[in-house]
Amino acid sequence: MSPRSLFDPPGIISRDDAESLTKRILGMAKAEQSRVTIIGGVRGNTRFAVNQISTGGDNTNTTVTIRSTFGSKSASTTTNKLDDVSLQAAVGLSERLAKLAPDDPEAMPELGAQSYQESPSWNAVTANLDPAGRAAAVRAVTEPSRAAKLAATGYIESDASAHAIATNKGLFAYARETSSSMTTTVRAPDGSASGWAGASHTDWSRIDPEALGARAIEKARASANPVAIEPGRYTVVLEPTAVGNLLQLIAFSLNARNADEGRSFFTKQGGGNKIGLKVVDERVTVVSDPFDPDAAALPFTPEGEPAKKTTWIENGIVRNLAYDRYWAQKQGKEPTPLVGTLRMSGGTQSIEDLIASTQRGILVTRFWYIRPVDPRTILFTGLTRDGTFLIEDGKITKAVKNLRYNESPVFMLNNLDAMGVPVRVSASEDGSPGFAIVVPPIKAHDFNFTSLSDAV
Amino acid sequence: MAHSRREFLQLSSAAALGLAAYRIPPYYRIPERDAPPLNDPKFKELAMRALDAAKSAGAEYSDVRISQNRNQAIQAREHRVQALNDSETFGFGVRVLVRGAWGFAASRDLSPDEMVRVARQAVAQAEANRAVLERPVVLAPVTPTANGTWRIPVESDPFDVPVEEKVALLLDANAAALNVKGAKFVTSAMFFLREEKTLATSDGTYVVQTIFRAQPRMNVTAVAPDFSDFQSIQSNDIAPRGLGYEHVRDSKLVENATRWATEAVEKLSAKSVEVGRYDLVLHPTHLWLTVHESIAHPTELDRAMGYEANYAGTSFVSPPEKMLGKFRYGPDIMNIQGDRVQQGSLSACGWDDEGVVPETFLIIKKGIVNDYQTTREQAPWLDWWYKKQGKGTHSHGCSYSQSWEDIQFQRMPNVSLLPGEKEQSYEDIIAATDRGIAIMGDGSFSIDQQRYNAQFGGQLFYEIKGGKIVGMLKDVAYQMRTPDFWNSMDMIGGKKSYFMGGAFNDGKGQPSQSNAVSHGCVPSRFRNINVINTGRKA
Repeated sequence: MSPRSLFDPPGIISRDDAESLTKRILGMAKAEQSRVTIIGGVRGNTRFAVNQISTGGDNTNTTVTIRSTFGSKSASTTTNKLDDVSLQAAVGLSERLAKLAPDDPEAMPELGAQSYQESPSWNAVTANLDPAGRAAAVRAVTEPSRAAKLAATGYIESDASAHAIATNKGLFAYARETSSSMTTTVRAPDGSASGWAGASHTDWSRIDPEALGARAIEKARASANPVAIEPGRYTVVLEPTAVGNLLQLIAFSLNARNADEGRSFFTKQGGGNKIGLKVVDERVTVVSDPFDPDAAALPFTPEGEPAKKTTWIENGIVRNLAYDRYWAQKQGKEPTPLVGTLRMSGGTQSIEDLIASTQRGILVTRFWYIRPVDPRTILFTGLTRDGTFLIEDGKITKAVKNLRYNESPVFMLNNLDAMGVPVRVSASEDGSPGFAIVVPPIKAHDFNFTSLSDAV
Repeated sequence: MAHSRREFLQLSSAAALGLAAYRIPPYYRIPERDAPPLNDPKFKELAMRALDAAKSAGAEYSDVRISQNRNQAIQAREHRVQALNDSETFGFGVRVLVRGAWGFAASRDLSPDEMVRVARQAVAQAEANRAVLERPVVLAPVTPTANGTWRIPVESDPFDVPVEEKVALLLDANAAALNVKGAKFVTSAMFFLREEKTLATSDGTYVVQTIFRAQPRMNVTAVAPDFSDFQSIQSNDIAPRGLGYEHVRDSKLVENATRWATEAVEKLSAKSVEVGRYDLVLHPTHLWLTVHESIAHPTELDRAMGYEANYAGTSFVSPPEKMLGKFRYGPDIMNIQGDRVQQGSLSACGWDDEGVVPETFLIIKKGIVNDYQTTREQAPWLDWWYKKQGKGTHSHGCSYSQSWEDIQFQRMPNVSLLPGEKEQSYEDIIAATDRGIAIMGDGSFSIDQQRYNAQFGGQLFYEIKGGKIVGMLKDVAYQMRTPDFWNSMDMIGGKKSYFMGGAFNDGKGQPSQSNAVSHGCVPSRFRNINVINTGRKA
């Protein structure tokens, strides 16, 4: 074993160790083409509920996946048993299954050596966050919450992992990644009010637990005694988290093949796809950049292709869709992988400015239980949650009951009125670090709310 | 509906015989990839080592779970196999209670030294967690099982079935679907799990269980010739089950593929629904998901007590003292049962993940809230209610973890709508309905964080007029407020119409964990429900 940096937590496989492990496994392989993927790391988490820590977890795991190809027949196996006998068994099974698989008319050859740019995806503070550090962050929320006679519930997660890919064609890729998030929901003990705040970053020190707690407490206080309003079309001011909740739905629909096959919003009527067509307001640009310091991602894809900055939508016009290697070759395009990061253009206004310019509208903190309804229009349904307010004459005047919407982010970005300064958000439903998303708060008109909810 | 009668008879016999009928003698085959079975004494030694280390480090209670999961997934699209993966994961997790605070740590390395290190790590974490502790955890009593084994009875271990047979079945089913004119795309897949897990607790339980799960599925898409529309049908009438490969064979994918493809094509030209209020006749292949979302989740006690507020949410069935024995959830014909014994169900087990023998209990009795789902930590919270009932306070056996890597916590057992006394079918209910919509298969679903406001789509929608189905509809979703919806239920099917649906990946907790759960139910009618049209033009 090679020496490990004193600053790295145990459980993160080093570049040298990963390279020698992939060589060991490729040495066992007899397939015409083989690919080995190693993912290893540690995850720490602390949950809190009703102002106390409820549970936590610290775990470590390393998995190895072997993909074997004979001609155009492929299969794969995954194991976390790293002794030679188990690895040999996993390689043998992968090769046996590959021989039993039918020929794949879409098979693509494994890649040879590639060069990768360094991504700012690793942070030592995040990698070394321990249970005591997490408990201190929890206390920064629970103590003011208790003092305010409210009940704080929430979650902290920090992940640190190393990823390596090697093929018998000479490819070797290695990178490390960290991610962290903290979210909290502060409620009145009788269930009459609820406020949320959350943040996510590669670098745990960029998350301010005390500020999150203060924000959630303020929202909880302001959300008491919500009034019912008539469902319908409203101007909305969406906080960045709410924008992130919806923007990622477009990212999940960017598959070029589905568009070309006629089963996507990005299908052009009459055939083909919408690349080159304007689909949203011209102020909207959406990019994925794995080297973005605020939304970093691994510098390679699961097949070992170098990840690159991709502009999906530029000034409202579709510039790229996601092409896997097979579909790109078939269509005469460059492979364009989807990477786990997203940034949307913005403006210079603050959220207060957006509110001040709104005569009558609804301020949304976040959305919840977002599920697809109609893929033809990227129409989703879901509900507002933990801080929904009425804006009248440029001011927040009262809390309103939560609302269900049936709306598409595409329609929303066509009805755009204004955008604020983009920030990194925690936009996953489950509070895990999730997709790295940087988005602005926005103001949009005619957002379609279809029913009221009694849920607080 | 081929399964319904058999399943109901099994359910009845399970109730009559009690759990003992499901204690199957241990039986292990050694296929190509298996590690030594977990009832090998060396695993017991390792587990005891972790328990001893936790005790020495100051834990008043500890448990260790060692598990090995094997999964196989095969996915096919049209005439090709997209993915063929066989995976395994092996490791252990140690949970400790130190002066009322939980700690948990896990590792893939099953060496004697690592058992000790991880146990100490869990204790150190519990000590850190104690810094933010107000109400120390107290566990309900349990009767330990010193040496137990349990195994889901399967006819055919999926890992013994040749992969060629599985691949050929998927490609044949895809070909059958593509033979239907207008069906353009088809995906099919099968997924199998075999989990062996052992649990050792510091209060004397040592049990080894073997669990199987199987899910075959398909999705057929039809595209309009002018690319103006596309519609898909999922094979939702085939539910995932806690069974072996026999479930795949019984699912008759090739025979059903033609029907699913025909339905997808028919949906292209179906009438778009007119918004309004309708009587809904919900087939069990649809209704199971409504039961799951609007009954099973809100009756989880941790949600009701605020523990899941940050993600899964709280519950409108709260606080318990205002609900138990008082709150009318639905009509007298509504009885909701929690169990982990139904043959072929996804929640079936001999012991839960803290060594409790699960019991069958009524969550809703004649329309009134009667109980919640509980673990050993939670049951004492309802001490007052159990005393009032003249019952002891003990867990219903609802503790579960998705793997060795994650801490166990409260997860739902099978939660089912029991059949009505009158023997009537889905067709009988349609015949009794003047103006309505019949819905089959689960589709889009969304519900708020207290489980009040929900919206459900489906796979197939049929317009009912004068007791007859007069045509297919599309773009249908219904919106509901949970107690109003269930109180509008006025007809339910009998024993012969009982069907068990279910889900492999029910998410809850942070980090989110998947639970596999089945929900039995009967076709039922709901009066005057708000239906919206979800079709819009891009």
